[in-house]
Amino acid sequence: MKLHPILAALRKHKAGTVLIALQIALTLAIVCNAVFIIGQRIDRVNRITGLDESNLFLVSQQWVGAPNADSADGVEKLDTMQREDLAALRQLPDVASVAPINSLPLLNSSWTGSVSHKPGAQLSGKDNTRTAYYFTDEQMLSTLGVRLVAGRAFNAGDVQHQGFRDQRDRPIAIITRQLADKLFPKGDAVGKVMYTDGSNAPTTIIGVVARLQIPSTSSQGNDFAWYSTLIPTRLDANFARYAVRTKPGRLDAAMRAVAPTLYKVNPMRVLDDDSVKPFSDIRARAYRADVGMAILMGVICLILLCVTAAGIVGLTSFWVGQRHRQIGVRRALGARKVDILHYFQIENLLIVGVGVAIGVLLALGLNLWLMSHYEMTRIPLPYVLTGVLAMLAIGQAAVFVPARRASNVPPVVATRAA
Amino acid sequence: MFGYYIDLAWRSLRRNKVLTALMVIAIAVGIGASMTTLTVMHLLSGDPVPTRSGTLFYPQVDPDPSPTASHQPYDVMDYRSALDLWNAHRADRQAMVTSSQLRLTAPQVNLPPLMAQMLSTTSDFFPMFDVPFRYGGGWTAQDDENRARVAVISSDLNNKLFNGADSVGRTLRLKDADVRIIGVLAPWWPSPQFYDVAGGRFSNGDTAGFYSRPEDVFVPFQSSLEINAGGFQPFTCWSMPGDPVHLQNSPCVWVALWVQLDSAAKVGSYRRFVADYATQQKALGRFVHADNTQLRSLMGWLDFNQVVPSDVRLQTWLAFAFLLICLFNTVGLLLAKFLRRAGEIGVRRALGASRAAVFAQCLVEAGLIGLLGGAGGLLLTLFGLWLVRSQPIEYADLVHLDTTMFLATFALAIAASLLAGVLPALRASRMTPSLQLKTL
Repeated sequence: MKLHPILAALRKHKAGTVLIALQIALTLAIVCNAVFIIGQRIDRVNRITGLDESNLFLVSQQWVGAPNADSADGVEKLDTMQREDLAALRQLPDVASVAPINSLPLLNSSWTGSVSHKPGAQLSGKDNTRTAYYFTDEQMLSTLGVRLVAGRAFNAGDVQHQGFRDQRDRPIAIITRQLADKLFPKGDAVGKVMYTDGSNAPTTIIGVVARLQIPSTSSQGNDFAWYSTLIPTRLDANFARYAVRTKPGRLDAAMRAVAPTLYKVNPMRVLDDDSVKPFSDIRARAYRADVGMAILMGVICLILLCVTAAGIVGLTSFWVGQRHRQIGVRRALGARKVDILHYFQIENLLIVGVGVAIGVLLALGLNLWLMSHYEMTRIPLPYVLTGVLAMLAIGQAAVFVPARRASNVPPVVATRAA
Repeated sequence: MFGYYIDLAWRSLRRNKVLTALMVIAIAVGIGASMTTLTVMHLLSGDPVPTRSGTLFYPQVDPDPSPTASHQPYDVMDYRSALDLWNAHRADRQAMVTSSQLRLTAPQVNLPPLMAQMLSTTSDFFPMFDVPFRYGGGWTAQDDENRARVAVISSDLNNKLFNGADSVGRTLRLKDADVRIIGVLAPWWPSPQFYDVAGGRFSNGDTAGFYSRPEDVFVPFQSSLEINAGGFQPFTCWSMPGDPVHLQNSPCVWVALWVQLDSAAKVGSYRRFVADYATQQKALGRFVHADNTQLRSLMGWLDFNQVVPSDVRLQTWLAFAFLLICLFNTVGLLLAKFLRRAGEIGVRRALGASRAAVFAQCLVEAGLIGLLGGAGGLLLTLFGLWLVRSQPIEYADLVHLDTTMFLATFALAIAASLLAGVLPALRASRMTPSLQLKTL
């Protein structure tokens, strides 16, 4: 089929053609970027924490009238109370293991600091790598399901305890592989020494775990999302958190048993609805905003595509109506139904093609603008290409019904007066 | 004539119901999306103290002794600088604020202890920020000085503990100290919670937290330092604090100072006063960067912290791009509609209607579509706001449609449809009547 008659006809409908092309261009630009945003959010939500997340829950509780954590004997009393809790929880029939811990990945309550190769580093110095600390004991790895890839795990003899605000030396630590690679790129971190928080006392790295995300999911944490440091220390304060791994499938039963057990150990404590929650709740809460944004963007894209498709249907229908007689003439002169169908389909392909070409430029421009104003990376080409193909497909789908109606115009129309 | 045009427009709209429905839906969806985000923007970027935000200012100094100069002073102050500036009483009103968490119980109330947010502040806080009281009132400067064990509680806390009854005179136990309630606030939820805003520029747009509810209990500054010793968190420190329990002499910043300055002259002299204070502290050897001081207005401070979350700004941009596409759509459909009526318009022109009259008639039709679209858009906006409210975000409960935004919905819808109608109406009015009559 020759393009010439199509182009000639389009020249008569400049306004409509330009409008549809522009609409396609804008839709492509917005949908590409919106889908890219959705993709980014989904990637964020799908980040692997490094935990075995099933059969895991967290207990957060507070003591009422607890001893003062800033005095030496207060710390000892608090530690005794904590150890009593741990012993009671570990004896529950449905529980596999329990570890005291100051936070969990995605909990958004973190203790962050920095590690460096040299002692006494300035906190704002260049050699510092940001990290988030997990203060815990020897049952941590088995409780969280974190995999050790080098060195050894903590043993009971390694575990110290300290008041929440005390500053103690940290003789040993386990770090994540990501942090180990950052500090010691040669991959020989085990046995090496690092210095935490500008301290002068060395910390020996005794083990490396495959992966463990930091507690913070906010964008400030993106730079060091995998740089966790595990310290074998129970923190003693007027509150405590316990991570509990249950036997397979016994999560609900174990969670129900927690409050009565702990109240039996010591009734002077605050345990509310939020105190015992499975890790799935922690995950859902951490990513609520991301999931919400992704859904919103998805709905916007869907409606946009529908509106654009409806616009194409509307305008093409109008053109078909307008050219009713010409179509009849063409049919009378020997054009087949399929020729008429193809005419409108190719016309649409041309318009959408031009729109898509402009749209690709707009999409890249919009992406650059978003990059300069918001946290956004460059849009990968596959997103744009998929968008282009999708727009062409939508254009063809939208034009099909009016085009088929056009192809059904009988040749006899040519003989009638308009 | 206008009534006649409306009648014509109505007939024309009813003639092609599908096309009309397409246009109305396009406008409604565009309006619904943009008004939903615009309403959220309007609520989040508004003035939290409309009565006197122009007179509220936020001084900053730089107590960091490290030799490298930072571009901006810290977002809040160290205790000593804040106290010195507050003690000078050089502004019309001044209040120190810092917020912390503590355990709260009410004797004789059968409720488990709860963790509450406490705002430590000084007596000027309440008159300065126009804080509304339901019962009782704030404390006096004398109470600040005497470290009085008094408290003002929020309306929410009063409802929770005392079922909304007048609780003035009752006792609260904050951590291990008893305080007497002297005032209960009326419901008060400034948006954003401006006096706690700090650190926005480090948050990468995650600023929804600035829109959370105000604290539950307000306590005189010095009293609160005694009551909740060790419970205060520094905003940041320039070196490790030696004594993490008492932050008063720590190398940390954690106290914000707000001042009220009623005239431009006073703003100028206060600016000089802060600069002089920094110079004097440098002479004393406490400051290094004496020239790094700031005095921002309330709205300037909110802007500097980019309080409107970046998600909301992004959504607003998207929604308007969305409206633009819907408009393109409507322009195309209107064009089709008007040009199809070429014959009818030709007859009108031949019978003496001027181009302006045809133009007006077409615009009335476009406006009518806008009105219908606006009504649909209003419903969609209400639905959209309901969706926002069901989201787990701090400002969800704030979101509602006020009268301004209600009217703005229709104004935007009609303006948008008129704009969309201009080009098609122009084309329609330019048609040569003779040509159209011939084809009839």
